[in-house]
Amino acid sequence: MRFTLNGRAVSFEGSGARRLLDVLREDLGATGTKEGCGEGECGACSVLIDGAVVDSCLVAVGQVEGCKVVTVEGLADGGRLTALQQAFIEYGAAQCGICTPGMLLAAHVLLQQARRLSADDVREGLAGNLCRCTGYTKIIDAVLSCTK
Amino acid sequence: MHEVRYLRPKSVAEAVQLYRTTPACRPLAGGTDLMVMLHAGTLRPEPRAVLDLWSLAELKGVRRVNDMLEIAAAESYTGIIQSNDVQQHLPALVDAARTIGAAQIQNRGTLGGNLANASPAGDTLPVLLAYDAIVVTDRRSIPVDQFFTGYRKTALQPDELITAVRFPLDRQVAFRKIGTRAAQAISKIVMAVSTHPARIAIGSVAEVPLRARRAEAALERGDIAGAVSAVAEDIRPIDDVRSTAVYRRAVTQNVLRELLQAPRT
Amino acid sequence: MVSPSPIGQSVPRREGAAKVTGAARYTDDLVIPGAWYGKTVRSTVPRGRIRSITLDPAFDWGRVVVVTADDIPGENVVHLIRDDQPVLARAGGEVRHKEEPILLLAAADRVTLDEAARHIRIEYDVAQPVFELDEAVEVYTTVEITKGEVLDDLKGVKDVEVVERTFRVGLQEQLYIEPQGAIAIPEAGGVIRIIGSLQCPYYVHRALKRALKLADEQAIVVQAETGGGFGGKEEYPSIVAIHAALLARKAGRPVRLIYDRHEDLAATTKRHPGVIRHRTVVKKDGTLLSQDIEIVLDGGGYCTLTPVVLSRAAIHAGGAYSCPNVRIRARAVATNTPPNGAFRGFGAPQSLFAAELMVEHVAERLGVSSVDLRRKWMLHLGDTTATGQKLTESVGSELVLDAALNAVQPVRPPARPPVKRGRGLSLVFHGSGFTGSGEKKLAGTIGLEALADGTFLILTASTEIGQGTKTIFCQLAADALDVPLERVSLAPQDTSLVPDSGPTVASRTAMIVGRLVQEAAIEIKERLKREKAPLHVQKSYIQPDSLRWDETTYKGDAYPIYAWACTIADVDVDMTTGEVRVTDLVTAVDCGKALHPVMAEGQIEGGSLQAVGWATIEEIKMKDGGYQNDRLATYLIPTALDAPRIRTILVENPYSRGPFGAKGIGELPMDGPAPAIIAAIHDATGVWLDEIPATPEKVLAACASR
Repeated sequence: MRFTLNGRAVSFEGSGARRLLDVLREDLGATGTKEGCGEGECGACSVLIDGAVVDSCLVAVGQVEGCKVVTVEGLADGGRLTALQQAFIEYGAAQCGICTPGMLLAAHVLLQQARRLSADDVREGLAGNLCRCTGYTKIIDAVLSCTK
Repeated sequence: MHEVRYLRPKSVAEAVQLYRTTPACRPLAGGTDLMVMLHAGTLRPEPRAVLDLWSLAELKGVRRVNDMLEIAAAESYTGIIQSNDVQQHLPALVDAARTIGAAQIQNRGTLGGNLANASPAGDTLPVLLAYDAIVVTDRRSIPVDQFFTGYRKTALQPDELITAVRFPLDRQVAFRKIGTRAAQAISKIVMAVSTHPARIAIGSVAEVPLRARRAEAALERGDIAGAVSAVAEDIRPIDDVRSTAVYRRAVTQNVLRELLQAPRT
Repeated sequence: MVSPSPIGQSVPRREGAAKVTGAARYTDDLVIPGAWYGKTVRSTVPRGRIRSITLDPAFDWGRVVVVTADDIPGENVVHLIRDDQPVLARAGGEVRHKEEPILLLAAADRVTLDEAARHIRIEYDVAQPVFELDEAVEVYTTVEITKGEVLDDLKGVKDVEVVERTFRVGLQEQLYIEPQGAIAIPEAGGVIRIIGSLQCPYYVHRALKRALKLADEQAIVVQAETGGGFGGKEEYPSIVAIHAALLARKAGRPVRLIYDRHEDLAATTKRHPGVIRHRTVVKKDGTLLSQDIEIVLDGGGYCTLTPVVLSRAAIHAGGAYSCPNVRIRARAVATNTPPNGAFRGFGAPQSLFAAELMVEHVAERLGVSSVDLRRKWMLHLGDTTATGQKLTESVGSELVLDAALNAVQPVRPPARPPVKRGRGLSLVFHGSGFTGSGEKKLAGTIGLEALADGTFLILTASTEIGQGTKTIFCQLAADALDVPLERVSLAPQDTSLVPDSGPTVASRTAMIVGRLVQEAAIEIKERLKREKAPLHVQKSYIQPDSLRWDETTYKGDAYPIYAWACTIADVDVDMTTGEVRVTDLVTAVDCGKALHPVMAEGQIEGGSLQAVGWATIEEIKMKDGGYQNDRLATYLIPTALDAPRIRTILVENPYSRGPFGAKGIGELPMDGPAPAIIAAIHDATGVWLDEIPATPEKVLAACASR
């Protein structure tokens, strides 16, 4: 089966029932996506599939046939960090960093909305990404610094 | 454990055929329940194949069918929340969908999955009961109040697939979910209420999503206090990892009182 | 100054770019060619003797490596404080808790591993387990602290009030988002290399040597990028590492032993739960006369770090107050539950919870404001603590109290029924660094090298686990060396490369180890005036003579310095459901000096939310000695939607021995929120809860019975 990963065409052979998370990490060398729980509760495995943020531990790889998959490795533009990634560093939104890939992808989608986001909007949009280090405060500040 | 085959039918007809002929085959939509259980190895019987319904165009979308609104079985909660038709005609369903998980889960969760799973805690199920929704399958229509036959058991035949859920257009339903936290929470109780007709549907207080019949009878008579009192007898909550029977009973009554006295504006 | 000092600047974190691009490699991200997967087979009974272990002959065991207690070349002991915890329980031997490790398996793939595990039958002769604190007979350790004389008999004493209360605190899981894991790689010469998610490389090193009978240089422990620890990766990684090493040794190949979340929740250490009883005597004018405190903590099935947790709980038990007569009797007991261990705060959150609520109860009895009572009781410069330590500098009590009170709006608008609003306050302190002579015994050491290319390398086993170690150390060195920040970096946290700086725990890293980095940098700068690079300097902690501690009487200088915090919590309580929402938290923290303000705030915000979770939704129910909340769907921590708005006020009140006056504050944020929330619930509803977590079930029941 074929799909695109971070703009690159990839092909995969093997059971389509395998978790997308495992295929990304083990077969495609994309270890930026993390396993925090395997239950769809923590969001550390978040990826974008055709622009929607989903938990890749809940996706069977066969289901992304023909889809555009984006992981944290696909955010930076040829090595240049996005404004959001810069903000995460500047605002202290990443401490241990394990939740950061998933958090960035969920925030990335949030920021694509045309309207200006409020703090409550950000909280709701990131509610599927657990962080244990930061208390969320600086994550919310970082995301808000990038909104319209 | 055998390697699980991945099947991807190109139409509902093909899906039905594969489902009927493939042993130990599990329908897969958004995967928010099934993929967890598959990975944990807890599915019984152990599946040999998953049947991917997620991408079937026939199972996506929201459309008007006569004087009802039909939501296809694999439409995502996000699609449901964003649908103008659903917002206009089934706002309680939007309310319920917004309490499910968070963005990631809403982008993949489906009504078909919620129904097929038949968990007593399914967040949309009381709403479906309060709306007197119709579960449409590949071969028939099942009124939702006949759909749940036991703990995680449905009226579906072994090879029957849910294709859509139909709703009447003009019913006012109020919804409230009580969970341990504001997002990503399985409910302690989850309730949907309609006054005309009288429907009181509650999840997580029995082995199935429940219609509270005695309470409905009181509500039908216009006796709100009677309904609040009677609902305590309609439900059969238990102590579990999330909550207690005592709490569930008290909160069921309080939430019912609140929903009946302050209808959704 | 040639370069502007980075001290007090929120410079970008060293590892920031790697973390936001997914380039940072955590343990499970590492690709180790030829590695097999490992798995732990665990007890399913809470107490008993293993009668037999049977490997089903119908399974092809040739594909699997099996390790039992018989395969342990060294001692079957997880080296920590006592030698009571085995690496693996043995056939014929006892098990003391559910999930106790019995066998280890390794195979080329996880499917084979899981299948192998299903072909093992373990039979037990079960024994009567002990689960409840008040049924526990076996005592791990006791601590007694006395100051002055507590009057048991108040006959004839006039104008006093006696307030007695009992409090309970629950288990809590650290819930680092990266589960436990280690990779063991056998190398030439009998060397075992461990790469793992851990806080204390040398703890693992010592434990590894003992169990695998290795010489110093044969055990190499490397910390990989670690996704959170909070104490949960202080001692537990030794077990994971030894298990992985045993498998790797027998398999003759690398083995990855990575826990999934379910195993991590079910089997690893938790915060010690317990019961704390207070009997406080005050004069009717509010003068504090005596505190009589009893603490019972549940250590679980093995001792692990329990004596040190109990010690800290006892030392903080009276709260941040000056009292002439104090008696603290603390004990930690054994139950047949998984062993409890280190978690941020390490005993102090438990005892401070009770101490702070006692202030509230006494204030209520006297009909006075609890804030005024705190002002009356609080420790000031020159006062003596319960262990007889005279506070000679940097006492932040009044500073933080005033700062927090000044930061909040006086009154919030009322909520719409059925929601009631309330506000609560707490004042806490927390000793920075190891207790008593702990730092002296540790003799933490760092190295600093000036390289020929003009850069500098810090050699330390202190680990980065999110709190900013790497950045802070570079800031301190760059400032002292008077060079740009970019010229300083850290060597990997690899025991074959860096000395033992002591564990990354106890709020000591910036204050104690950072100070050593500073001293080494000052020395290198001096030497560079006369000599050329390369240069190497080593610095070890030297206990100031002025610190005196008697371990047997528990008297003296328990900590080099304390840090204070005042927390104000605002809650909304839904009176129809008992749900408590913490909407706002304001914390003023006396940090000495904020070396990196954003990171200091980050510690406070993160620790505060962990405490909010402990106080409200992080509940663990037990069943037959095991945790019912053993998945992330049932062990709930706050999401972004649950978290209050947290505002942090850094109060700089320097400590003479901390680098630039900095005090350790990593754990302090854990101490204040829980009692402040309980006080806020009372303010909102009129009911007092004595137990956390303050679940809606408890709140609703308490309101109903009022």
